[in-house]
Formats: sequence, structure tokens, C-alpha cells
Amino acid sequence: MSAATLQESLTTDRLAVRSWRPPIILGVLALFAIVVFGILGPGGNATFRLSQDGDAWQVPNLVVPAQGFGWFAALICAALAVQAYLQTKNVGRPAKWVTMTFTVVFVIGLLVWIIGGTKTQNITVVGLFTGAMLITTPLVFGSLSGVLCERSGVVNIAIEGQLLAGAFTAALVSSMTGNAFAGLFAAALAGVLVSFLLAVFSIKYVVNQIIVGVVLNVLVSGLTGFLFEKIMKTKVNGATIFNQPAHLPDLPIPLLSEIPVLGPTFFRQSILGYLMIVLVIAIWFGLFRTRWGLRVRAVGEHPKAADTVGINVNRTRFLNVLAGGAVAGIGGAYFTLVAVSSFSKDMTGGLGFIALAALIFGRWNPIGAALAALLFGVAGNLQSILSLAGTPIDGQFLAMLPYALTILAVSGFVGKSRAPAADGEPYVKG
Amino acid sequence: MKRVDLVKLELKGITKSFGALVANDHIDLVVESGEIHSLLGENGAGKSTLMNVLYGLYQPTAGEILIDDKPVKFSGPSDAMAAGIGMVHQHFMLVPVFTVAENVALGGESTTFGGVLDLEATRKKIRDISARYGFAVDPDALVEDLPVGVQQRVEIIKALVRNARILILDEPTAVLTPQETDELMDIMGQLKASGTSIVFISHKLREVKAVSDRITVIRRGKVVGTADPGASTTELAAMMVGRSVSLTLNKADAQPGEETFKVTNLIVSNDAGQRLVNDVTFSVAQGEILAVAGVQGNGQTELTEAVLGLHKHVQGSITLDGKQLLGLGVRQVLRAGVGFVPEDRQVDGLVESFSIAENLILDLYDKKEFSRGGTLNRAAIAKNAEAKVAEFDVRTQSAQDHVGTLSGGNQQKVVLARELARPLKLFIASQPTRGVDVGSIEFLHKRIVAERDVGTPVIIVSTELDEVLELADRIAVLYAGKLMGIVPGKSSRELLGLMMAGLTADDAAAQLAAAGAPVVRDPSTEEGEPA
Repeated sequence: MSAATLQESLTTDRLAVRSWRPPIILGVLALFAIVVFGILGPGGNATFRLSQDGDAWQVPNLVVPAQGFGWFAALICAALAVQAYLQTKNVGRPAKWVTMTFTVVFVIGLLVWIIGGTKTQNITVVGLFTGAMLITTPLVFGSLSGVLCERSGVVNIAIEGQLLAGAFTAALVSSMTGNAFAGLFAAALAGVLVSFLLAVFSIKYVVNQIIVGVVLNVLVSGLTGFLFEKIMKTKVNGATIFNQPAHLPDLPIPLLSEIPVLGPTFFRQSILGYLMIVLVIAIWFGLFRTRWGLRVRAVGEHPKAADTVGINVNRTRFLNVLAGGAVAGIGGAYFTLVAVSSFSKDMTGGLGFIALAALIFGRWNPIGAALAALLFGVAGNLQSILSLAGTPIDGQFLAMLPYALTILAVSGFVGKSRAPAADGEPYVKG
Repeated sequence: MKRVDLVKLELKGITKSFGALVANDHIDLVVESGEIHSLLGENGAGKSTLMNVLYGLYQPTAGEILIDDKPVKFSGPSDAMAAGIGMVHQHFMLVPVFTVAENVALGGESTTFGGVLDLEATRKKIRDISARYGFAVDPDALVEDLPVGVQQRVEIIKALVRNARILILDEPTAVLTPQETDELMDIMGQLKASGTSIVFISHKLREVKAVSDRITVIRRGKVVGTADPGASTTELAAMMVGRSVSLTLNKADAQPGEETFKVTNLIVSNDAGQRLVNDVTFSVAQGEILAVAGVQGNGQTELTEAVLGLHKHVQGSITLDGKQLLGLGVRQVLRAGVGFVPEDRQVDGLVESFSIAENLILDLYDKKEFSRGGTLNRAAIAKNAEAKVAEFDVRTQSAQDHVGTLSGGNQQKVVLARELARPLKLFIASQPTRGVDVGSIEFLHKRIVAERDVGTPVIIVSTELDEVLELADRIAVLYAGKLMGIVPGKSSRELLGLMMAGLTADDAAAQLAAAGAPVVRDPSTEEGEPA
């Protein structure tokens, strides 16, 4: 039996699998666009303000006629849906660029329709993105923590707890020392401590990883809440001195920070913002280009195979979980050292779980997870901006969409999202 | 090409126990440099445990390993690899989503500055070894896309890249077609010629005889003796089993009656719409055994699941006595007179934490004789169990013992006893003797033939060609979900091997005729052997 013939038959078999789902979905969405964006489109213009007052380089506002653009976007979507149908018919599946372009055009059409429907008919794009970073930054750190843990085969549900522990510890230590960097370091340690518990119970004692994670979240929430009441609310000479963290200053990068939209979003951040970008790239490179990454991925996919070539599976997992804890702890510090001025009870507000969603949506890839976190951040901030501006659709409904998308992604609807094969499986020798 | 760094491997008094269970009991074994040394033994005899000790995966309870007369201690596989020992595991140790190069590199990566992977170095090594041994392996192919035969070569490359001078092959032929097995044996010969010693683990006598320089037989964790490949299969089988076994099942010719079970244009698909069983049509007559042969994973599992009503996406028609089975639930199918022995008895055939008695009525617990008003009739269940245990020769202290405590062969007897208890119009047995000791195999085979002889249509699904040849009146071969043809039970191994590799019956017969090879087995030259 030659390998070639089998290979051939496998290829033909795969071609024979033709799913009509993508063209049908695109078709329905295109129809929606024609009706809603086009026929029912709002009159007047939608204005996108690209510069803020005081920017050195002023960019003119982007003004588009709402209904006209609605028709334009709807017709492109329709054309792409037809293209997807033809490709499915001829080659079995639509090309990637078709679905990608469709998504982008549809989302822009949706945005124009929403802005056109508000009372003021304008939105500050810079504000949309800079505000989004308040959500995105902790999400990225959280999902990177998830990448580190889950790529090695340990499910980390405790991201929420790690973020919260980081936020609390950063606030406390920064207040006590007056040094924001001391707070940052302490936050990383707090994250590692939570991770240590996760690692000991799930790796050494083989307790169900999900259960340990959930319990750790409850534990951290209770513990920080208790300490918040007992320590942070304690007044010394009439002031709460243990909840006055020193902050990490913004460090704008010359020239780059003046680029419209991108500058204020990415280049006028605190050191944490830059650390985030560096970590995304470093973890991606580490996972996919280095010996360390190859071993980590092997441990997460097929621990026994890794074991048989002399890799210590459980030590690899232990170290990765600890590293993940440090990353999430630093992400938690963002809350109290950058975003707001003090710690408050349960201030992470479930972002740790959304970080998990970003991780899955980003297909366990650091860059994908970061982009997903950005999407979730923008969507979350759009919702708060729109709830002020008065929109045709409810802001809460818009806020829900990214997560609805995540559910679809997880269920394999928007392309395959495959977890590491041994994710959540403890490794016991023999 | 001859290497100078030949090694001699010696195991002295290796004992490995897991709690009270002694898997290896003072095993002595010497593998001379450049020889192919076979380790022959039944399933569960302790061969794999011994090799895992040698490979550093288990620490021996007692005894020592010597390489070139120097004692060595392996605290993990990396120590074993450093000492020149490589292993191809029965279940491949390859990461499916990695490329060949990534898999080969793993654990012994070439890197440039700062731990950055240098896969090009690995690719070059793979190409070199491929060229030397004539493997067609693309370093950049994803392992999950490769056929098992090629995956096995990747495993061999993995060992050779690490300069293995002693290569352990653990049941390497279990997943191969006969032709692929021949190719593997050629490769083993080449490796030996270049100075690599090979430990070949198998329970298949014919292969062991064909390839070995020396044979060590293991039974119940102990070495029972060594033999040279000239020994007859009957001798080897007797050593392996501990008593003389009858290797051939003397069954009468089939007396086929009416064709009562018909499968027409059956298509079974997975969730992604891929066809796992592709347009299969066949029928089975009363009083005959149809064996479904093929390499594992070619649609056999899905075929039986479809008949039982266990599969979601099924098209076509399945009729028994003219009654359509498709669309019925599992219970209705069983009550229609289908008996079924699933391929994995521990997962699908038995509830391990239940007693033998309870397992024997899993399908009949709601019948009047065993329960009334929702309460089980313990006395009747116990009585039924006593009778079955006696009839099927289940070796156990008590019928109230957990099924999980029984040996594989005895567990299978329990499954068979339960399934044959109902009046049957069709009997299907999937892998009826997988992981079963030779003594039980004899018994199970006889019961299956007895069921045929009372006039039940019987379907055997087996990936063991020996078993297929032993039992079948007719043989259907599945490849990639398609039926390659149905041939007589007396067909030759060569014919079946070609069909298992994807040739239709006619094409395979034509190819054999051109090569002057037999299409039909000549029983006088064949030595039988236990599966």
C-alpha cells in the first residue's frame, strides 16, 4: 500500500465535505444589511471624529451619508455572499478572504447605521479606542495567563482571582511604600501565589482543575473583601492611607503618540501598556519559535509523548502555571495603578472570565487572544458611549454581541477553535 | 555502513510489581549486538512492562540492566535514550498537530541563539535517514494527516535521530496491513545490517518466526524459555500458553440458508459530513459467518454502530427478516433479535463495578423473570449467573465478584454469555478476542461457530487477519469506508492484504495472478496459529 494513494483518497474525501452553512449565514446577513442598513437606513450623515482637541496633528472628521453608505455596504455584502455560494459550489468552501472582507464591511456598515441613528450622529473614534484600552489591557494580561496555562494543559479558571489578587496587592503595597513599581512587583507575586495553589492542587494532587479554579476565585474574592474592610477602610488621622496607591505615569512615545487614533490608543500608555504589547509578541514567539514553546505545546497536546522523549511534564506545567499567575497578577495591578485611583471590592467584575472567552476566541494564540480582547474592549466601550448618545438599538444588546460571537466560536461555527488536546487532563505516569 | 559501536544489552533478574501484582518476575534477557531478538508472549504476559522498564518509564522493583557489561540506571526515558535505547510504542507517541520535523525534534531540539528552534537542522536529518532507508517522509507534513504506516516510520526516525543502537518495537504490526508488515520487516533487516539491535515484541507467531534471530518467550511475567526461529508454531504456542493448544478450529463447512440480514447502500457520516461508511451493500445468510476485515479505523466501528442504532447520521437500509432496523432505538434493535459484542468490552460491553451476575442481565433486567414491580429479583439473577458461569467456563471465585476483577478472556465470556442468552436472529461480534488469552480464544471461537451451526447469521468484525481466516465463511474487506469486495473464506493473505490496502477484489486478484501469487490459500502449507 503506497502512502500516496491513501493520501490522495484522504484529500478527495475532504473535498467531498461541503458545508452550505457559511454561504447561508452570509446570505441571511446580507439580506439583513439590505433591509436595515439600506431600506430602513437613517437619513443625514454619520460623523467619525478622528482627532481630539489639542492633538498636534489634526485630521479632518470622516463624514459619510448614513443611508447611502448603508446601501453601499449592503450591496458589497450581497456580492460577497454570492461569491461564497459560488465557491462552495465549485471548490467546497468559500475562500478565507471572502468571509473576512464580509465581516469587516458588515461591521463598518453596522457602525455607520448605529451612529447615524443616534441623536448627535457623531462619535469620537479616539475616545472609543482609548476608553476600550481600559478594558482591553487587563483582558490581554488575563488571556495571556490563560495561554501560558492551557497551552501546557492546565485549565486556568482562576484568572479572575489572579487579577483581583493583583489589583488588591498592588493597591496595598503601592500605598504602603509610595512606590508604584513595588506595587507592581507585589501584584505579580500575588498572582503567582494564587497560581501556586492552582498548580499544587491540580497538578500534584490531581484535583479537578475547574473546581480548584472556581474555589480559588471565591477564596480570593472573600479574602480581598475581608482585608479591604479590615485594612483599607481603616482610617489613620481621618484618612484611609492604605488605599491611596501611587500611580504608574503615562509615558507617551515621541512622534508615534501623535499618529491619529493609533497614537493615543497605543503610544500614550503607562509602562503596563507597553509591557502588554511586548508580552503578546514575546509569548507568541516563545510558543511557536523556541524550544521552550515546542515542549510546552507538546505537553499540552500529548503529555505521554513528551514524557517518552524525556520532558518532565508536570514540572513544565507547574512552571507555566506560575508564569501565568505572574502575568495575570500584573494585569490586575493595571486596575489600581493605572485605571482607577483605589481598590474597591470585586472591582475586576468578571473580566477574568471574559479573558477566558478572549483566549478561546483567539484560538489559544497570544496574538489572536489580544485581538479578541481588543474587540471585546471596543464593544464594551462602544456600549457605554452609545448609552449616552441614544441609539436605535439597546446598548446592553450591543454589549452582548461579542460574547454571543464567542459562543459561536467555541461551538466551531466561526472556523474551528481547537483547544490543546490534553487541556484539563491531569498527567499521571504509567 | 556498518557501525563499530555495537552494544550488548543484558537484563538481570528484573522484577517489577504494582502493589500485589507482579508484572515481571526475575526476568533475564540478553540481546547480542546486531540481532533481532523477539519477545513473545500473550497479552498481559508482561512484555510491555518489561520494555517500559528498559526504556526508563518504570523503575524496576529489583534487578539490573547492563549495557556492554556495565550496569546502568535509568531514572527516565532521557537516560535510556542517552544510553542508545530507542522505542517505538504500540500507541504512537507523536503529537498529531505537530509536523514530522517538530515531532522528531521534540526533546532533542537543535537550537540557535537563545533557544530559538532550528528546524532546518532536523529536516536535514530526517531527509538523510529517509534517503538511507528509503522512507518517503515529508518533514513538513502534519502527523495527523499521515497514514499509520508512515507515522510508524516517523517513530523509527525519532529513535534513529537520537542514535539509538537498540531499538524496541512494541507490537509494531498491530496496525499494519500484511504488505506494510512485510515492508517493516525489510526495514528491520536494513537496521540490523547497519548494526542496530532490535527487540521485537509480538504475540504473532508467524511474524516472530520470520524475522527473529532469537526468541524469548514470556508467560505470566516469567521467562519460560528461549527458542530459535526454526521452532514450529505449535512448540512456540505451547511455550507461550503453557500447555498444548489446538491451533486450528476444526469447523464444518457452512450450510448457508436464507439471506435474512441485508444491508443496502449504507452510508454513515460524521458530524462534518465525511462518509465513514460509504455506500456499503452486503447480506448474510443463516448459518454462515461473514467476517468484516480491514485495518483498524476503516469504518468497521461505524458499520456496527449503524446496525445497532448507535449512530446519528445513517442513510440506506438495514433489514433483518424483512424488518427495517434503521431508525429503531438500540433496545428495539436488540429485541428484534440482534446479539452484539462490542469492540471495547470494558467501555461498551460491561459495567466494571457491577458484579458478574448484574452484568449478565444488563439487557434483561426489566423482564418478568428478573424483576417485578420495579424491584430486582436477586435470587433469580443469582441463579441465572450460576448457570451462565458454569456454561461459559468463566473462571471466578463467585458470580457476585465485580466483572472488573476478571481477566480479559473471562470478561469476554461474560459478554458472550449475556448476548447469546436471547433468541437471536443475528449475532455480531466486534474484535471478539482482542486482548484475550489463547485458552479463552479457543473457547470463544467454538461458541461463535456453534451459534452459526444452529442457523444464526453471524458477523465477525476483526482487524486480526488470523482470526478472520480462522472463522470466516466469507470475508468482506472495508477500506476507507468502502467495501472492496466479498471473497471466499479460503482466500489468501496476499489477496486480503491488497484489498485492505484499497484494491478491489478483482484488481487484487489480477495483480496476484500477474505476479504468480496465490489467490486461494493452500491449507496444507499453512500452519495455524492462535490469534
